Amino acid sequence: MFSWTGFPVAFSGIEGQLGTFSSLTGPVLVDGGFSVPILAWTCNPKRESPAAAMLTAIGIIFLAAALAPTLNRLFPSFAHWLLALAPAGGFVWFAGQLATVVGGQPVAESWKWVPALGVELAFRLDGLSLLFALLITGIGTLIVLYSGGYLRGHRHEGRFMLFIMAFMGAMLGLVLADDIISLFVFWELTSVTSFLLIGFNHADARSRRSALQALLVTGGGGMALLTGLILLGTAGGAGSLSAIAAKGVDLTGHGLYLPILILLLLAAFTKSAQVPFHFWLPNAMDAPTPVSAYLHSATMVKAGIYLLARLSPMLGGTDIWFWTLTGFGALTAFWGGAMALRATDLKKILAYTTLMALGTLTMLVGLGTDYAIRGFAAFLLAHSLYKGALFMGAGSVDHGSGTREVRELSGLFRAMPLTGVFIALAALSMSGLPPFLGFIGKELIYEGLLTADRPVLPVLVVSILANATMLGAAGLVFVKPFLGAPSKAAAHAHEGGLTLWLGPALLASLGLLLGLYPSILDGLLGQVAASVRGEPLAVELHLWHGLTPALGLSAITVALGIGFYLALRPLTAGLAGLQRFTRFDADKGWDHILNGLDALARAVTGQLQGGVMTRYMAIIFTAMLLLLGATLWFRQALVLPAVDLHGQWVGLLLGIMMLVGTAGAMRARSRLGIITALSVNGLSVAMFFITYGAPDVGITQLMVETLTAIILVLVLAHLPALPKGPDRKPQAAFLHGILALGLGGVVTAILLAIIALPLPMTLSQFFGDTSYLEAYGRNVVNVILVDFRGFDTLGEITVVASAGLGVLALLKARYAKPKAKPQPGPQTGEVA
Amino acid sequence: MMDSLILRTATRLLLALMILFSIFILWRGHNEPGGGFVGGLICAVAFALHALAFGVKEMKRLLVLDPRSLLGGGLLLGILSGFFAGPGGDPFMTARWIIFKDATGAKALALGTPVLFDIGVYLVVVGALLAMVQALMEED
Repeated sequence: MFSWTGFPVAFSGIEGQLGTFSSLTGPVLVDGGFSVPILAWTCNPKRESPAAAMLTAIGIIFLAAALAPTLNRLFPSFAHWLLALAPAGGFVWFAGQLATVVGGQPVAESWKWVPALGVELAFRLDGLSLLFALLITGIGTLIVLYSGGYLRGHRHEGRFMLFIMAFMGAMLGLVLADDIISLFVFWELTSVTSFLLIGFNHADARSRRSALQALLVTGGGGMALLTGLILLGTAGGAGSLSAIAAKGVDLTGHGLYLPILILLLLAAFTKSAQVPFHFWLPNAMDAPTPVSAYLHSATMVKAGIYLLARLSPMLGGTDIWFWTLTGFGALTAFWGGAMALRATDLKKILAYTTLMALGTLTMLVGLGTDYAIRGFAAFLLAHSLYKGALFMGAGSVDHGSGTREVRELSGLFRAMPLTGVFIALAALSMSGLPPFLGFIGKELIYEGLLTADRPVLPVLVVSILANATMLGAAGLVFVKPFLGAPSKAAAHAHEGGLTLWLGPALLASLGLLLGLYPSILDGLLGQVAASVRGEPLAVELHLWHGLTPALGLSAITVALGIGFYLALRPLTAGLAGLQRFTRFDADKGWDHILNGLDALARAVTGQLQGGVMTRYMAIIFTAMLLLLGATLWFRQALVLPAVDLHGQWVGLLLGIMMLVGTAGAMRARSRLGIITALSVNGLSVAMFFITYGAPDVGITQLMVETLTAIILVLVLAHLPALPKGPDRKPQAAFLHGILALGLGGVVTAILLAIIALPLPMTLSQFFGDTSYLEAYGRNVVNVILVDFRGFDTLGEITVVASAGLGVLALLKARYAKPKAKPQPGPQTGEVA
Repeated sequence: MMDSLILRTATRLLLALMILFSIFILWRGHNEPGGGFVGGLICAVAFALHALAFGVKEMKRLLVLDPRSLLGGGLLLGILSGFFAGPGGDPFMTARWIIFKDATGAKALALGTPVLFDIGVYLVVVGALLAMVQALMEED
């Protein structure tokens, strides 16, 4: 018998791999990066980077997300400081990679994910990814702290932190992903988490609408992305972006170029709210302010821009690329700028200026000249810094004074001096005035337009107008609320705590510092430009370029902008007319589309699902009969193999029993009678299996038969008795009879056709040979189910589980007693 | 519920036997006909029979756990069993085995993650079916 003492246990399969195993003993510190080994376990031998650092950075942020509600419950006063450690740690690691990446060495790591399909979990850190990663983790840290102050005491603060940290992890994964499937998965995750964040105040119908709108628009784009990426992978001959770029297939001349371009542009334009998909972004301002500051200015909406920049070396340079991107980009920029002047809610103003920035970035990627790409890199950074600061500042104003309505605010400076200073700094950067980073960005935008290799004069004019509106908008967010005589709302305003002004302080000061010493950025932005260009491109930033045409354009812009602000009243009246026929239409048009879809679905459902079981079955069986029958006919698969029934008396007997059961079911006049008669058939089939060597299937069939009978009997108790006499018109009965015989005939024909084929034995041979040796089981059927094809079974039990829960939900809904009055939902404190 | 003395008496005897048999079927599945799916079905039939004889309240009392918890727990167990593949660097769900040897050094018993997975299948089947049975009987 067994020698139980001492357990002579052998870990077969892990033997010889204890090296991997021992790394599980504790976190390992590699290159200043933290590695949680449990996440690195599938690391394959082909690893290219010293550690699973990027995966770990993403993993830790997701882990922090999972812990957020618990931490918040345990330490309500400082949970946000603990949570901020996760992105802060990531920021430190990414900053540590600056030297490597600036030196032109991308960091890469990859794991097998679905090896059978060539899908990997692959990350690659080049200039573009590094800039985004630094923004995501850096601003993310500040946002987490800011949220802690902003939502202090909110009953769902923990939930909020969960959402925003999960978003952060998804966004980080998105900008690091190299494999196209990984990219898509993270992209969709950002859409889903953004939905949760916009709909955070779920008791408010408007929030729910905005959240759903954002989800449907960006989710629709996500579908286009998946298709586009798969086509891109097919055309480019590789599964990862870097490999496609390295292969150097001429994609712009490829037959699939146009579909790929259209699909990927759809994805980018929906995500980054380009006209005509811009309407969801202003509505997304229903989210709490930290969300607006993070998702809708600095990170998520830039995912589309990131995608465009990432694809530009592969897909850029063609006429259609150039004109689509510059055209839609300039239009979005102008539209955003114009609407910003008209808005009076601080957050809406900022949302529209974000549209302006996103449009400008799209335009710059489209232009594709050296200066345009340098401008892209500089403006991307400048915008993230000032917009994050402005949004957080606007949130502080709302928090301190109780309103975000600029008409009700003036003279806030006395009550909120710190916030005032930081908003002023950020607003100056947004206006593109020296010596701020925004100025350098704008100069490069103009240089880019002036050096374009196609006639872009209209784009240039539109861009000047859009940039001028930024001065007007800056006036709206700083001059109007902060200067002048204190209004009523400003009288009782107060400054927020440390966490509320820390973020704006750092980001706004950075905008000034980097403007004064822009050469610090040369290395990083040079690599960003190289990623967008696809080949090295040096960036040298200077505050003073000399007397260039771009400087002249800047001067015109400033003059125009000041004019805009002074003439705001007549201007907004004019814009109101313009808006009436556009943005509102886009938003209303959205409702029309949704209503139309609903109506279509209702019509189709009403036709197909009238609620009569007989009809459903008639539709399904007719479809089966026609499809299968046609296939059999056209494939000429109708055969009559020679079947030897001699001596098969058990089989014949069972066949006769089935005929008897069928006849009984047809004659029966009660439901119980029908079930009993049909059980004869079911049990005969089980007997068939047992007789002809498939006992597993036989037992299962027997049990299923028993359970079906029990469940049907339970269901019967809820059904009315069958009507007396013939229950169908003779014509219906005739048609049903034809259908039944036809379907039966077709299935029989299929079975005969299968029997006629020689049985391929390779698989049976393989399973028979390996079942016991490799999987330690003699019952091949079961070994296949739980081991060889265990993944299929996992899918199946998931289906069984969903079906069980679905039936449960349907039954509960069926029996739920209608309440006299709808109960008002639980009161949740709202934050905006 | 059927108020039948014969059914009740028979059920009392059959219930324990059927549950034991279902576990036996689950256990032997790897080498002889059986497995988690069939085992789960048999166990579900046992409890359904009990519910028919004694009423759904009695069944719930006997079951202790909510069928939905069984269902969720089973699915979780099934998924978790796949993660044991990780430390060896193999794809998800690669089986891992612990081999017990007898005094002569020959293999006597192999315990592996597929067994865990099969228990997960068993629990999902029991949970899903009993959830339906319970929902159908509860609202009478």
